[in-house]
Amino acid sequence: MSARSSYLPSGRYVPVLATLALLAVMYGAGALRYEAFGDGQVILNVFVDNAFLLVVAVGMTFVILTGGIDLSVGSVVALTTMLSASLLKDQAWPPYAVLPLVLLLGALLGLGMGCVIHYFEIQPFIVTLAGMFLARGLCYTISTASIPIDDPFWRSMADSKVRLAGYFVSPSVLVALVVVLVAAYVLGYTRLGRNVYAIGGSPGSALLMGLPVARTRIAVYTISGFCSALGGVLLSFYMLSGYGLHAVGMELDAIAAVVIGGTLLTGGSGYLVGTVLGVMVLGVIQTIITFDGTLSSWWTKIVIGVLLFVFIVLQRLIAARGTRSAPAAPESAPLTLTAPPAR
Amino acid sequence: MSRETDAVRDERVVADGESDLVAPRGAGRMRGLARHRLLWPVLVLVLLLLSNLIFTPGFFEIEVRQGHLYGSVVDIVRFGAPLILVALGMTLVIATGGIDLSVGSIVAICGAMACLRISDLGDQNEVTGVLAAIGLALALSLVLGLWNGALIAGVGVQPIIATLILMVAGRGLAQLITGGQIITINSSPYKLIGAGYWLTLPFSILVALAVTALAVLLTRRTALGLLIEAVGGNAEASRLAGIRSRRIMLMAYVFCGFCAGVAGLMISSNVSSADGNNAGLWIELDAILAVVIGGTPLAGGRFSIGGTVIGALIIQALSTTIYTIGVPPETTLLFKAVVVTVVCLVQSPAFRARVFRRRAPRPLPVAEKPKAEVAR
Repeated sequence: MSARSSYLPSGRYVPVLATLALLAVMYGAGALRYEAFGDGQVILNVFVDNAFLLVVAVGMTFVILTGGIDLSVGSVVALTTMLSASLLKDQAWPPYAVLPLVLLLGALLGLGMGCVIHYFEIQPFIVTLAGMFLARGLCYTISTASIPIDDPFWRSMADSKVRLAGYFVSPSVLVALVVVLVAAYVLGYTRLGRNVYAIGGSPGSALLMGLPVARTRIAVYTISGFCSALGGVLLSFYMLSGYGLHAVGMELDAIAAVVIGGTLLTGGSGYLVGTVLGVMVLGVIQTIITFDGTLSSWWTKIVIGVLLFVFIVLQRLIAARGTRSAPAAPESAPLTLTAPPAR
Repeated sequence: MSRETDAVRDERVVADGESDLVAPRGAGRMRGLARHRLLWPVLVLVLLLLSNLIFTPGFFEIEVRQGHLYGSVVDIVRFGAPLILVALGMTLVIATGGIDLSVGSIVAICGAMACLRISDLGDQNEVTGVLAAIGLALALSLVLGLWNGALIAGVGVQPIIATLILMVAGRGLAQLITGGQIITINSSPYKLIGAGYWLTLPFSILVALAVTALAVLLTRRTALGLLIEAVGGNAEASRLAGIRSRRIMLMAYVFCGFCAGVAGLMISSNVSSADGNNAGLWIELDAILAVVIGGTPLAGGRFSIGGTVIGALIIQALSTTIYTIGVPPETTLLFKAVVVTVVCLVQSPAFRARVFRRRAPRPLPVAEKPKAEVAR
């Protein structure tokens, strides 16, 4: 762990710092312009309203760090809300049975996609696209209408507030924070995390170094599937309903958050804290538009598009300056080829 | 030149499969046919159309009513025309090794722009005004394609990401143009593009035919197709070989933008209105699907325009079939998921190598397996 600074050159922090600066500027501008904007609760509300997106974006970060992409997240979120609602209402299942089931299902869906991507060498883009169609289609086979949830546990999760020093957050925010902390630990301090960076940097080298490419690659899609399902559970807390049209286009928001957070889309470079900042930037944009009242909702999309453009060009400039080197191998990984290749 | 590349390509397809050493000589020709890239797409399309015959006996009937051609099959082509156009542009982009996610947004922007200009006209039936509006919308689509191309070929951004920008921002732009409302117009010249008839044929079919013919002429009767495939195979190597690979990529994205623009005009003209939010929603995914079903690999390096057209028709026929046989339309997505999975698996060399190494080359039965795997 002591060699951490050697494989994290400071140039790599530039995108994350840029995102932080952007967030500060946007928040400052909002606070100057609108009276109640400076209130701390506004920042907390950004988390309350985007807890599910944060969880989904964490899963997406893993996938993008390996150089892949997962388009199925929005549909898996919708499927989770739909399935939870239908099981709770129509089948009258208890919450402690529904929760593990939907989370397991999300993880299994991710596992299946990961296996197809790795073993059959089909682009992640097209496999997760199929997964997206599949999950969305399954939603509609359950029901085409919105199903309300009035389970007491779900209600309590939706209504209860965790108070801290005069402010409050919803329990979902705490769940999301736990997910972020666990994910940051996994990425920064475990073998799995470093394998993820290594594969994103160069899959071929990772394989030659004897890293478990197959296991890691399948794991990230499983993680993404699990995070999507958890995000779906949080969304169903937030909405108290299951609907096949929930979270349409959420995959784009998640990808945008990850990119704005400074993660390279080619994989191998980026930090989870950047993703958190990226989600906050998206949330603050929405908040500003809500506060203003005269701006129309489509400005959100245009601003996100412009930000994406700025950050992608920024990434290109940093890459062109040559600071982007392949990530170093985890110290613990065997450097010989004695370990059998993953396939 | 095109024949030569075809030969090379067929050889590669054979090389991709299992070893031919044990095959008896006489079976070579049949195997050649069985290996033809368009065999499976065509079979699927024919099967789909035939299955309709069971549910609607008069499915293949075509009649001329008031000088217009009517019939279910004609409808499939007519409603599939925008998808064919978008998929054509997408084929060339994918052949260069790229992808264009922004076509749905370009569809919405162009439809919105044309409808906005027409709704501002004093007389909405004035032909020159409508033509000017169409010209402006198409010019806009070229500019949007150029923007994508410049980002990818000029700045060097990954295609998925570069076009993601316009995909997200473009929906916003389309709504900005329409002011968040659905612009409805009442213009008979504009209506012709998407819903009109000309020489007894639906005009949209003629437009799709013309653009397809243009694409085939440009790519298969000149060296352009070969150059595109070279760039898709290896952009750097083809640059070193003296091909202006950046210019070729730029052209592919501009053409894709143009095709999406024409499709946008067609879609908005068919319903005489522009909806910034929903026009062309998810058409990029359908188009990519059509291209992949048609046998163009997503990795680039080769492409099949005929395959793309068949792929687009399969998707449209699938939707029509689902409507006519009374399956709830919501399951269309499930069908699509299964189709994408099966087609991709059959195309995947790794899958073929794993599955066909020990068995006779009969792809259909084994294609069932992955369905269950994804559906878990």
